[in-house]
Amino acid sequence: MFKKRMAVLVAFVVVLASVLAGCGNSKSSGSSATKKAAFKAGMVTDTGGVDDKSFNQSAWEGLTSFAKDNGLKKGSGVKYLQSTQASDYSPNLNTMVHQNYDIVYGIGFLMQSDIQKIAQQNPKAHLGIIDAVAVDKNNKPLKNVASITFKEQQGSFLVGVVAGLTTKTNKVGFIGGVNSALLKKFENGFKAGVKTVNPKAEIYAQYAGAFDAPDKGRAIAQTMYTKGADIIYASAGNTGNGVFTEAKNRAKNGKKVWVIGVDKDQHDQGMPENVTLTSMVKRVDQAIYDVTKQTKAGKFPGGKVLEFGLKENGVGIAPTTDNVSKKALSTVNDYKKKIIDGSLTVPTTDKEYKEYLANLK
Amino acid sequence: MSRILKKINWMTLLIPVVSVILGLLCGAVIMLIIGYNPVLAYQSIVESIFLQPYYGGETIRAMIPLMLAGIAVAFAFRTGLFNIGVEGQLLVGWFASVACAICFDHLPKVILLPMSITAGGAAGALWGFIPGLLKARFKVHEVISTIMMNYIALYTTAYLIKNFLYTEGERTPTIPAAASLASTFLADLTQGSRLHWGFVVAIIAVFAMWFGLWKTTKGYELRAVGFSPDASKYAGMNVSRNIMLSLTFSGIFAGLGGAMEGLGTYQYMTINSAFTGIGFNGIAVALLGLNTPLGVVLSGALFAGLQTGGMTMQSEAGVPVELIQIIIALIIFFVGSGYVIKWAFGRLSRKGHK
Repeated sequence: MFKKRMAVLVAFVVVLASVLAGCGNSKSSGSSATKKAAFKAGMVTDTGGVDDKSFNQSAWEGLTSFAKDNGLKKGSGVKYLQSTQASDYSPNLNTMVHQNYDIVYGIGFLMQSDIQKIAQQNPKAHLGIIDAVAVDKNNKPLKNVASITFKEQQGSFLVGVVAGLTTKTNKVGFIGGVNSALLKKFENGFKAGVKTVNPKAEIYAQYAGAFDAPDKGRAIAQTMYTKGADIIYASAGNTGNGVFTEAKNRAKNGKKVWVIGVDKDQHDQGMPENVTLTSMVKRVDQAIYDVTKQTKAGKFPGGKVLEFGLKENGVGIAPTTDNVSKKALSTVNDYKKKIIDGSLTVPTTDKEYKEYLANLK
Repeated sequence: MSRILKKINWMTLLIPVVSVILGLLCGAVIMLIIGYNPVLAYQSIVESIFLQPYYGGETIRAMIPLMLAGIAVAFAFRTGLFNIGVEGQLLVGWFASVACAICFDHLPKVILLPMSITAGGAAGALWGFIPGLLKARFKVHEVISTIMMNYIALYTTAYLIKNFLYTEGERTPTIPAAASLASTFLADLTQGSRLHWGFVVAIIAVFAMWFGLWKTTKGYELRAVGFSPDASKYAGMNVSRNIMLSLTFSGIFAGLGGAMEGLGTYQYMTINSAFTGIGFNGIAVALLGLNTPLGVVLSGALFAGLQTGGMTMQSEAGVPVELIQIIIALIIFFVGSGYVIKWAFGRLSRKGHK
């Protein structure tokens, strides 16, 4: 009896294994044939994942639209690797470098030291980093890394203007991901925008301490809305999705509150309750598209620090403006011109913001 | 008598092995259902780890903290204590080793490296001692206190870095070369992986656990307390002191695991916004390894392999990394339901004797 049952078990395993093996061979032979020659671009996400509805997703959209325009295939021509923990960054980046990708992007400043190390280990590899400047020991930009940065303060200023003109309670909030120099650019630009058009407005600013914690984002939003804020600028990646959840809940209960989205046009994110006032778009997709295009043309911008601002169409307010009043929009356009022609400089650090406020009065 | 003993050992060994196989099989079925190719996926894991030095090196690197965390859990478990606080002990160990390395960066390597490693172990010991003391003196359940200590560790280290050791990129500065476990020799050997000398520390720790628990009088006492606190007390052993001792030692192992990350893998400490997960994986490693030193090494290797392989599975077979987490969870699930496996095999073999 025992033998019989064991025999059945073994037979089952063998059948399963052979079925699995059958489908294994067909695929693996195909992928090895198309290895060389074709242009390949890859990116490594941070722990937020590729569907964070913000930063990583935007980067991936940049690559996919590049793939579409150039006849590359998803998965072979353009590809992403997700990281589940910080120690995954380095192996993921290395994997793509070893597979001879023509350019590999690290999405986010958290990958800065890993990119720097890998760039020095593989001088022939072409790498890109978003939101950070990759440097060597002597603080000089690395020759084989394109450092892509944005003037987030400019876009944040514009949504700040919208918030300042739209708020009814004269109280607005800012929720940041991780308190850092980068996020300070968002915060100070936003605060400057609000105060410029609405000096009486009160601004709450708080950091969740993480880009991947929607629960924390929601808890902070709850506090801010309860304190009377009617608009919150959620600049926190996936954490910001918690802010949307809270706003939608309140909207369902008949309270009119707004969220200002970040990185992408988050209008759809606010539906069906329609809570997205506008979004500060950071065109990571545009930047990635541009740099990939240059790389393909043989003009990889290695060693350069690229800055994408309002002028370069790298930041700005979202194309969807259904919820913004005409008056606010025209004011935004006025300030946009001033920023582009250089007559207005938006503060980035706390110190600059203080000086900016002092000059306003 | 000896035959029965043999049979029991065989059965206990069988459960983890069967669990792993079942976990992988279930994972394969899930992949088939979603439409991925399981053979290609598993093949890419095995090929990358055994044939490509880079991934081999990365696997051993990932093994180091997992083994130390596993030993920390297993050590406490042998004394009848469930140390959920490995994660926190690891974080303070990580921080202490990095802080020590940065503060005394003028010292030569012979002094600074051992000192930084010791600092990591000492910080972990302190983090283990506190719940031990609470348990021994006030009967505070160690599961609750160690979980709470995890949060204290997470936010305290974040605060300390932010205020005292902060540099651009949300982290501490890089440690001086004199405190580094990294070696260009090992990196060159493995195509530039982050493999470092920490594996020596991990091996010593495995040996220390085996020797300490099974070859010393104190170890016998610790295990006796684990089997039956009342009987040990009756036999004249100091149960409270043994509890404190056990959690302190457990903390040392965990703290060393953190030091390995700080001095080896990363060379700095980031401001963690969430737990690293190494400590919690350590529980699974210990469980799968049946709380034995050798078992921890083997299951540590398996987990490290799955983690590293999970990444190649993603790049080669296109399978999402989340699936590896599911497979790991399934393996733990089957280990946890070891009773069912035992029962099933018992039925099979009993029928066979008829």
